[in-house]
Amino acid sequence: MADLSTRIGALTLKNPIMPASGTFSEELAEVFDLDCIGAHVTKTITREKRSGNPVPRVCEVNGAMLNSIGIPSKGAEWFVKNTIPFYAAYEAPLVISISANTADDFARFAEEVSVPGVAAIEVNISCPNLEDHGKAFAMRPGSTEDVIRKIRSATYLPIWAKLSPNTGEVVDVALAAEAAGADALVTANTMLAMAIDSRSGEIKLGNVMGGLSGPALKPITLRMTYQCAKAVAIPVIGCGGISSVDDVIEYLMAGARAVQVGTATFISPNTMPRLVAELEATLAARGLASLDALIGSARLADETITLAEYA
Amino acid sequence: MSASLRAISDSAFAPAALLRQPSIHELEARIKSHEWVNGQYRLMVLAAPDCVLDCRPGQFFHLLCPQTDRFQPYFRRPMSIYGYDRERGELSFLYKVAGTGTGALAELEAGGTLNIVGPIGQGFEIRPEWQRPLLLARGVGLATLAPLAKECASLGRPLTAICSARFPELLMSTDLFRDCGAEVITVTDEEGNSGVESLTALIEGLIATRGIDAFFTCGSSRLMRMLQDIGTRHGIGGQVALEQHMACGIGMCQACVRPFRRADGAVNLRVCREGPVFDLQEAM
Repeated sequence: MADLSTRIGALTLKNPIMPASGTFSEELAEVFDLDCIGAHVTKTITREKRSGNPVPRVCEVNGAMLNSIGIPSKGAEWFVKNTIPFYAAYEAPLVISISANTADDFARFAEEVSVPGVAAIEVNISCPNLEDHGKAFAMRPGSTEDVIRKIRSATYLPIWAKLSPNTGEVVDVALAAEAAGADALVTANTMLAMAIDSRSGEIKLGNVMGGLSGPALKPITLRMTYQCAKAVAIPVIGCGGISSVDDVIEYLMAGARAVQVGTATFISPNTMPRLVAELEATLAARGLASLDALIGSARLADETITLAEYA
Repeated sequence: MSASLRAISDSAFAPAALLRQPSIHELEARIKSHEWVNGQYRLMVLAAPDCVLDCRPGQFFHLLCPQTDRFQPYFRRPMSIYGYDRERGELSFLYKVAGTGTGALAELEAGGTLNIVGPIGQGFEIRPEWQRPLLLARGVGLATLAPLAKECASLGRPLTAICSARFPELLMSTDLFRDCGAEVITVTDEEGNSGVESLTALIEGLIATRGIDAFFTCGSSRLMRMLQDIGTRHGIGGQVALEQHMACGIGMCQACVRPFRRADGAVNLRVCREGPVFDLQEAM
């Protein structure tokens, strides 16, 4: 049987399939055994209670979803009392996603949630749904380095920096996160987008703009994964539009050491366990003993080289 | 913030070890029949295994509507349960063909399959003190209240049902309600007796003559607010089944929230998880 395990810094995951933040919660335990996936990643929490954005908070577009949920949060105290104990019953490592409005607030919050039961902190420096027209720390290398450095000094836990596809400086942002002490990168969050009802003229999201996710996002975040994996030495976790085992393999070939599955879970709540089983079957069919031969194995097609020579 | 906090968890969830058996199922169900019941509504009957037939009136399923030439829905669509029958192994949905999702659904044919997730959500609760319930349904809400009528009948509660629609031919399930022993009153926009004023007079009359002591409603926020007013005046409680745009359907995404009145102010609750059935007076 193929070994699906993968290492993300100090953490060993039994397989590379984990949820994307915001598309996973305790309720999914009513659908399948949560211990069949490689890690658990919580919805982003904030220190204070937040009520979230006005409805409609989601809409569908061709082959994709837009959301502007707005990080509703019951606050840190509720989370530590309720959510962390729930996941303690599972072997899969618990990764908690956090957000804050300033670098100092991020650091203070990271320290507070560095408690037993938490295996890593994913820092949501890229959520485009906050106020200020979707601006985020992960838009620029300088703000990324500042916030990651402050968080690094505040927690002993591994830090995963979740990057944004909205930046034009993805490699520089990735290098800044690495230099500041991030243990892994997650590529990436949703892409800022909007939709209008062409008949009524109504904007489809209550918050006007929201994040695009689902299969339509995949080529963009796959490209980011490839760029980042080439540029940094720390592990990269691919995220964006994954719904089939071929999607998983593409991300691994682009250099990801693990992947996060998000919107597809809304379409089929059993997507993650299915992907684990199909990945195992695919490795067996290809005669591979582990993921190693796949990770970072993408190469130029021979024809492309030929064409390049003629160009 | 330490391990000591774990001992006083007040999580709404049982310990994970107890939940290793799924209670929400995703499966392909065979379509036994799929017929038009009038010009706008279709009835779909699925062959369903026991595991998904442990339902409560008011719960729903999340349906993966097909991709067709005309319609390409991406999200699942929530659909309230019209009927569930363990003896016959059947699960049925009565729905209005209205948009992309239901348009695609309507193209499915008997003999095909439909991917379903469920049963989901909090259903109706018929409290012991609610002995003489009134069901008030408008349009597609008639489908949602049908299983509740059956439950009232099985509990031996004398039932009154007011069915409201735009036209008489869109009144559905009146025979089903009568089979449940309900006194059925129909009102329509065409006949001009479905407005709040005439319904208020009708219902206050029923409170006096039939001793109505609970309201159940679905399908119209106008009628919901009317029942809230009547309920406040007469000290009558009840429940309402609500709708909202959904994405995940099982509580993860927080998309389908609505505000509800609570003692310490309004709170956002998920229609898919804390609902779709809510306390009548808490709904806003």
